[in-house]
Amino acid sequence: MTTAQDTPTTTPSARPPLVDKAQYGMAAFLVVVGAYVLLDAISLDDAFADQTVQPYAFPYVVGAVLVLLGFLLAVATARGDRPEAEEGEDIDLGAGTDWRTVGLLAGVFVLNIALIDLLGWAITGALLFAGAAYVLGSRTPVRDLAIGAALSVGTWYGFYSGLGIPIPAGILDGVL
Amino acid sequence: MDLFLDGLATAATPTNLFFAALGVLLGTAVGVLPGIGPAMSIALLLPITFSVAPESAIIMFAGIYYGGMYGGSTTSILLNTPGESSSVVTAIEGNKMAKAGRAAQALATAAIGSFVAGTIGTVLLVLLAPNVADLVVKLGSPSYFAILLLALLAVTTVLGSSKLRGFVALFLGLTIGLVGTTTGQARLTFDQPLLADGIDIVVVAVAIFAIGEALWVAAHLRRKPLEIIPVGQPWMSRADWGRSWKPWLRGTAFGFPFGALPAGGAEVPTFLSYITERRLSKHPEEFGKGAIEGVAGPEAANNASAAGTLVPLLAIGLPTTATAAIILVAFQSYGLQPGPQLFTNSGPLVWALLASLFIANTLLLVLNLPMAPLWAKLLQIPRPYLYAGILFFASLGAYSVNFQAFDLALLLAFGLLGLAMRRFAIPVLPLIVGVILGPRLEQNLSEALEISGGDVSTLWGEPVAIVVYVIIALILGALAVGALRKDPETPAPDERPLARAGSNSNGLGE
Repeated sequence: MTTAQDTPTTTPSARPPLVDKAQYGMAAFLVVVGAYVLLDAISLDDAFADQTVQPYAFPYVVGAVLVLLGFLLAVATARGDRPEAEEGEDIDLGAGTDWRTVGLLAGVFVLNIALIDLLGWAITGALLFAGAAYVLGSRTPVRDLAIGAALSVGTWYGFYSGLGIPIPAGILDGVL
Repeated sequence: MDLFLDGLATAATPTNLFFAALGVLLGTAVGVLPGIGPAMSIALLLPITFSVAPESAIIMFAGIYYGGMYGGSTTSILLNTPGESSSVVTAIEGNKMAKAGRAAQALATAAIGSFVAGTIGTVLLVLLAPNVADLVVKLGSPSYFAILLLALLAVTTVLGSSKLRGFVALFLGLTIGLVGTTTGQARLTFDQPLLADGIDIVVVAVAIFAIGEALWVAAHLRRKPLEIIPVGQPWMSRADWGRSWKPWLRGTAFGFPFGALPAGGAEVPTFLSYITERRLSKHPEEFGKGAIEGVAGPEAANNASAAGTLVPLLAIGLPTTATAAIILVAFQSYGLQPGPQLFTNSGPLVWALLASLFIANTLLLVLNLPMAPLWAKLLQIPRPYLYAGILFFASLGAYSVNFQAFDLALLLAFGLLGLAMRRFAIPVLPLIVGVILGPRLEQNLSEALEISGGDVSTLWGEPVAIVVYVIIALILGALAVGALRKDPETPAPDERPLARAGSNSNGLGE
């Protein structure tokens, strides 16, 4: 839910247009996605006899509009359009963007994806919680791991016996 | 009436009462907690509720929706940073009241006003929804196609300061909705068998709401703690009651109709309620210094709009807010399609839901008045644990759908998209609505053309469809005029007041 709030740093008018260069990246992303949708649509065959709407009809429209929106966003960016980034209780927009924390957090998440089939949720869930807490500034790793382990083992058993959903146990198969 | 009493009997079983209470408590908690809103928490809970009976789950979700609307006011009043867009206006007077030592009265008028508005709104919902459903059920696919188009357009253009960004979100959502093999041929599946059934909307919603939010907060984490105003038991004096009851009723009158229209839920009516109260108040000098009317009106408006939102959701199957969109997904995951047939096919469930809304509303008042000091303590939860917990439960939710690490990879990918959307101010609602309604748009078009044997003129062959296309043309015309009159990227005049209200709440002067 975005709100229509003004942020102190992005007051419009008065100043000469500052170009938000990163927004060109978003525009390029839209063009690439749109182009791929069009490319994919070209590869589709004609519909079966009982289909009244061609399978490629919607993709053609969606892809073409995405490409158009990408160009419009690029034009708007060049004309000085700047986004009003979203605010929140825990968000301090004045301090700049901390990409290091974002990268580390994504890294912890990737680790979870890579290890979950091998180690199972009971272990990777705990690591995910403790790792994310550490990246976000918690400096009590032992306590974080204990909380994480309690959460992950607790949810494993909760899903298994409470909801009847057996989450694969991974390496702990037979132990849990 | 009999239907309603049957529903009440279902809703009052111990199990369903338990789920209503759970929903109300969870909803208030997530409304209070920073970073989590009702839409995100229902998305997180979706996978967990697959093994619960449908009526219990839906009753809980409705409780979360109502509770979230109420919980947001606590943050606005005690922290001066609104958690939900629906409580931006509450912060203006509410925080001033708290600073003047009247936090207890502000919380009390918010709680009681929410109860009054929620109850009136639910009565209107019960009276209106079945009748709307009776009308809608007579419509054919051509009209339905037109209504879907109108809903997509309205959700995209009515809110937000940039129409361009609204359309970006909408078409990204429609793209996600294309993935899969519903047409018999694989579209956008990257030859990946796991994508053949399409991308699970639960994964998309959890990623955009939860992962995107956690990453965005990580990029801008406030390192210094926020100042929280301590609070005791909420209560109001006779004079406060006298000044509150009219704003509650007027707020309800603003909130319900705006909730029922695809106009973005609570933001517009809460603001309209605020300016109305400021104009009508006998104490205009108190506005800007903590006037109780400025809390009572908007808080009633946002709860009434939550009730209003359920009219198009249940009767037409159209979601008009993010939370309603996720509740729609919940219905679909139980094999139920909200819309006119819902009342005939699953009547008992709908009536149980409607009856449970009254129970949820009462529970909200009974539980929350004594618990306010406890809710205020929730604001002190260490932020690393809060956001680590969000990531943990988001992963658990996405993983438990199919036990595929691939779903977690999708979660991260869409989470990064959610991060980019927050960075570039691209609204979330049009994307979610696009994912949900895109496939239905295509399906209704095929149905309409199948019946007519491929004759395109069938699309404007029904009177309702023609009316809807006229409305669409008017909206597009207004957009074009607005774009020609001035720079397309500056906010339209009707949105400026909201923007000003937002900056007020951030303490940037009057």
